[in-house]
Formats: sequence, C-alpha cells, structure tokens
Amino acid sequence: MALIQIAEPGESTTAHQHRLAVGIDLGTTNSLVASVRSGDVNTLPDPDGQHLLPSVVHYGEDGVAVGAKAQQFSITDPLNTIVSVKRFMGRGIEDIASKDAHYSYDFAETESTVPRIKTRTGDVSAIEVSAEILKTLKRRAVETLGDELNGAVITVPAYFDDAQRQATKDAAKLADIKVLRLLNEPTAAAVAYGLDTGNEGVIAVYDLGGGTFDISILRLNKGVFEVLATGGDSSLGGDDFDYEIAQWIIAQANISNTDTAATKRSIMQQARIAKEALAEAESIEINIDVEGGQWQGVLDRSVLKELLTPLVKRTLMSCRRALRDADIDKADIKEVVMVGGSTRTLLVREMVAEFFECELLTSIDPDKVVATGAALQADVLAGNKPDDEMLLLDVIPLSLGIETMGGLVEKIIYRNTAIPVAKAQDFTTYKDGQTAMAVHVLQGERELVSDSRSLARFELRGFPPQVAGAARIRVTFQVDADGLLIVSAREENSGVEASIDVKPSYGLSDAEIESMLRESIDFAEDDMHLRSLREQQVDAERVIEALDAALAVDAEQLLSQEERSNIMVARQALVDVKDQNDKEQIKQSIKQLEVVCDEYVARRMNSNIKNAMQGHSIEEYASDSEAEES
Amino acid sequence: MAITLTQPAAERVKSFLANRGKGVGLRLGVKTMGCSGMSYVLEFVDEINPEDEVFEDSDVKIIVDKKSLVYLDGTELDYTRDGLNEGFQFNNPKEKAACGCGESFTV
Repeated sequence: MALIQIAEPGESTTAHQHRLAVGIDLGTTNSLVASVRSGDVNTLPDPDGQHLLPSVVHYGEDGVAVGAKAQQFSITDPLNTIVSVKRFMGRGIEDIASKDAHYSYDFAETESTVPRIKTRTGDVSAIEVSAEILKTLKRRAVETLGDELNGAVITVPAYFDDAQRQATKDAAKLADIKVLRLLNEPTAAAVAYGLDTGNEGVIAVYDLGGGTFDISILRLNKGVFEVLATGGDSSLGGDDFDYEIAQWIIAQANISNTDTAATKRSIMQQARIAKEALAEAESIEINIDVEGGQWQGVLDRSVLKELLTPLVKRTLMSCRRALRDADIDKADIKEVVMVGGSTRTLLVREMVAEFFECELLTSIDPDKVVATGAALQADVLAGNKPDDEMLLLDVIPLSLGIETMGGLVEKIIYRNTAIPVAKAQDFTTYKDGQTAMAVHVLQGERELVSDSRSLARFELRGFPPQVAGAARIRVTFQVDADGLLIVSAREENSGVEASIDVKPSYGLSDAEIESMLRESIDFAEDDMHLRSLREQQVDAERVIEALDAALAVDAEQLLSQEERSNIMVARQALVDVKDQNDKEQIKQSIKQLEVVCDEYVARRMNSNIKNAMQGHSIEEYASDSEAEES
Repeated sequence: MAITLTQPAAERVKSFLANRGKGVGLRLGVKTMGCSGMSYVLEFVDEINPEDEVFEDSDVKIIVDKKSLVYLDGTELDYTRDGLNEGFQFNNPKEKAACGCGESFTV
C-alpha cells in the first residue's frame, strides 16, 4: 500500500512517477540518509529508531552485516570487521602504507592498483565495503519512502580529490544508486542552515567527528560556494576526548591493570557517558568496578576543561592555518556552522565562539546536518521544487592541468572554479618534425609534476611534421557537474584529435565494476540457496525448542515410555542434520519428527480442552451458543 | 458534500504547514493517469482558485477543485504508518478498485 506525501503546489506526480531522492552522508564513523517528505526534511531511522548507521562492515560466516550488528565483531573478529573504510577510498597501497601504518587489515597482493582487504569471504576493495554501507542505507530509504529511489546526493569531504570522488561514485554504482551529485560536506552543512539563500559572505564550517577534524572556509558568491581553504587533522576527534577522560579516571582510581580489553572498554564507555552528561550537567558521578570494590569519583566541568583544552586548541590551530591559507581575516567570518557529534561538548563551543568572535550555528543536530543539506539538494535536483529555487553550484577542489617541458604543471582550470566548466588552452610543439605529443593530466596546486597527483596520460599522434612552434594543439578540459573530468586534445591545422575520460588511477576500471556487477548476478543463485538453507535451519531450531518445551510440561502424563523414546529418536535425527548443509535432509527430518509427534499433539490438544472445560457443565456451553445465535 | 480529516492527519498537515512557513491549506484532487485509471493529488496550497471548493475540518482548510470533488466526495484523509513508511491515505467510499500498489484507482 503506497502512502502519499504532500507535494508543492503544481508539483504532484502521477502514480509511479515519484521523484524520490535522498541525501546520504557517507561518514568515516557513522553514515546517515535523509529525505524531504511533505516539505519537511528528516533523517530516516531504521526499524529500531536509530538514525546513525555505524560505518562498519563485518564479513561473517553467514553473510555481511553492516552497522551496529557489525560493530559487535570489531573486537572479537577484527580482521573481518572493516571500520573507517572511508580513509582508504581512492587510495593506493603505498598511500595507505605510508600514512596509516596502524591499520591492521591484511591487504591482498593484486595486480590492480586498488588495494584489496583480505576477508573470510574473499578480498574486498574499499569501494565494495562502502557499497555495502550504501546498500543498507538505500534499503532503509526504500522501505521508509515506500518506492524506488530516483537518485541520491552523496556528500564527500571538500579535500577529496578526483580519485576519491570517483571511488565514491563507483561505490554508489555498485550499490545501484544513481548519484545526482556529489556535494562537499561543508557545503551541505551550509545548505542545511539555508545559507545558500542568505547574504553573500565568508563562513567557516567546523566539523569535529568521532575520529576526524575538518575546517573549511567557504565563500558564498552569486549562489556558488567557493572552498577557499580546508584543513584539519585526520586523527583527532571525540574518541580522543574519551581517551583523555579515561586516562584521568585510570589515574584517579589508581587502576593498575588496564590490560584486559573488557576493562579498557568499560572505562572508555564511562568516559563517553561522562562527557555527554557534562553537556547538560555541571558535574557527574562516576562509578567504576576496580579490584576489590568500587571506585567513585566526581568529574566536573572545570576538570573536563583542563583535560580537553589542549585538544580543542589543536583544532583552533588548524582553523588559524586555514584562515591564513584562505587569506581571510578572522573578522570577515560571518558565521560558523558546527558539524559532528563532538561539537556538542560545551567547551568546544565556547572556545570556537571565542576564537572566531561570532555566532555559532548549532540549532540543527550536528550529527544530521550534513545529511539534511544533502537531502535538500537532492530534492531540488530531483525536480520536486519549483524552478525558481536556486540550484546550488559547486566548485572543483583542486586545480587541473597538464605537464609541460621540464616537469612543470600548466594549470588549465584553477581550483574553486564553478562546475560544470570547460576551458581550453593552446600548446605547441617543442621540436622540429614532432608528430606526437604526450598529454599528462595532473591535479594539485604545486608547480612541479612530481608534487602533483597524476590522473591520466594519453597521446595525440599522427599530426603532420612541422617546425617547432608551428603546430597548434588545443587542449580542452571539461568538468561535469559531479567534478569528473574529460580531457581532449586537437591539432588545429590537421584536425587530428584524441581524448580521454579521466579514470583516476586508483578508481575502478569499467571492466572491474562490470565484473563485480556480474558477480553479484552470477552468485545470486548461490545466495538464494544459502538463504533457504538458513531458513530451514531456523525452522528446525524452532521445532526442537517447541517440542522440548511441550515435553517438559506433560510428557509424563501423556506419553508411554516407548512413544517417548520414539519421539526422542526423531528429535535427535533432526538435531544431527540441522547444522549440516543439506536443506532437503533438514526438511525431511522436520517432517518425520512431526509425523512421530502427531499422536502426542492430538492428545495435548484434547487434554487442554478437557482442562479448559473442567468444572463447567455442557448446558453452559449450549446456552452460550444459543445466546450467540439469538 | 464533504471531505474530512482524521485527527492524526489534521495534526500532520498543521505541522507540515507550520514547517513550510507559508500556505493556506491542503489540496486534494485527482489526476487521470496511473495504472488503474486515476491517481490522487495531495499538495500544499498557496492560492485558492475560483473553481475551488473549500472545506474546513479540525482547523485545516481543505481545497478541492470542482472536477475532482465528484470523485472525492465523502473521502476521509488519514495519516498512517506501515512499517517504516508513513504517509497519507485516501479512504474514498467511491473507490471501486485500486491497482496493487494503491496509488491509482477507479470509481
């Protein structure tokens, strides 16, 4: 049964033509999905009422689990439980090895540049892991909205380069989600507060999550958010707050043995509870089980301030650096948008407000603000808004250019150019008789090729030999609305041309994506068998449980010794087969057990009726039924 | 001739209108098309047209154009929940058959 939402005047769609679009915040620690319904934007909860989906994927023996269900395995089965996969998106093995040496997954040796993590169900790439998270969010959206999705706006950090953006799009493709647009996270947060329709000016977006800190300085100019600068710390967040508080508890309570994982976890949990409580209360009592009793202590705001100030100061240093990069004076910042759960901590708000000396925007739940902005943008892009609503434009985050002689980069499109955009530049030959030119596409702000990121290479061949400097080669860069690039080169005198869709070197090739899609179809049948086997096993367990419960009640009165042992034999037969992989065998055994129990079931029924009727006369029933008839 | 709202529907409409910050009421209507003949229309109203009939129930203005009214007379609009999905539902006494999804209907 389809339920109907209220549309804007004149924007009603006919049946089955809904333009359902969602915003997805694909986060490092948590992910969310939000949608606009009846003009109202909300994040969508799962059936348990949870809005946040932990970005954790567990590859288990009986399938893939995502979210809280996967999180349970992070300690018991760490190698098959992938957390913070966003950090690996669009990155090569060397990148990961150099920057994140502390990640403890086993990476498989492959020919492809895409790193693959070994799990028990096979090797997976970051893109596939992200796709599992996206699939879960998509399922939630479809169940909530009651219809197929038209598309989604997915948010990415402002500093994501082309490879990382492409990887995000590939993950969406794998999850069968049409990407309407990739949107920068700080831009989405600004949209959520309606800043895109407000006055022009410079704003800061302060995003402190569980494990990462990002600061972005944006300028709104003619409906376009320019990213002036980004900065941050990829290993600083609320978890570090918890850690500092936990260290304080350990010192105060004199806990010497913190080696066990359980102790550590319970102290960290207490620390988090205390931190959250202090957003409301002045002080909080902490009780911890220690060897030989309980430790009781009080944590108040002044102690918390002492503990956390150094960490918050680190974020402010990043802010100062970002302001310097953007060449913006602190006084020019009009507003600061607060994003991420850790900005609920009062000390953070106080210190950030003091630093920027301006108003903080905190009225929208900081966990949901990015998804909210993405949903608003998705609603516009899907065409659910009248035409006069402003369509938000985005900018490219890093300059794009090509290599010229001497290993230098010639920039063709500068960063912060609004997209979509196309720009061309003429080049010429360097040597007499030159008939080919190599085009090396690069991304980055630096001048030397070796400091920039290589995106693609191709060759323009076969133009006529001419003296050096006579050939006119026009190189065109075209960036579509998602920030993805097509480069073409044309020798104007002869009309020879060549072009390339930039496939960032760490993204997946089309063939790889296709083979993955094909696998999901090829293995559909296996998946189905596995599912029906699992269903039979569950059924068997249910039958055995029900039988045991019944036997415990009245086996003594209703069954002879022989009947009882017959039942037990059939029960044992089912127990023996239920954990094996033969679905038919399990089905048979269930049936046999049911046949053996037939007589027992009949007797139970009779005895129940007898019990119910005891003490009543037949006449009572007769008069009851007469009363009903009349 | 009347169109009514259930209590939950009225509350929802009021809160959606308040959220939106503008609008005089709620339009109910029908559109021909859809897999079973006609489909329902549910929209915010910023301006009432001359051919509209206006009903009022639980402090909510319900606006129906005269053409749609013949198909909708006696309809009660409800707000329900079906699993994770929640939304409005037309309880229309004139509805004879609906397609499997319930989005379109015949009278």
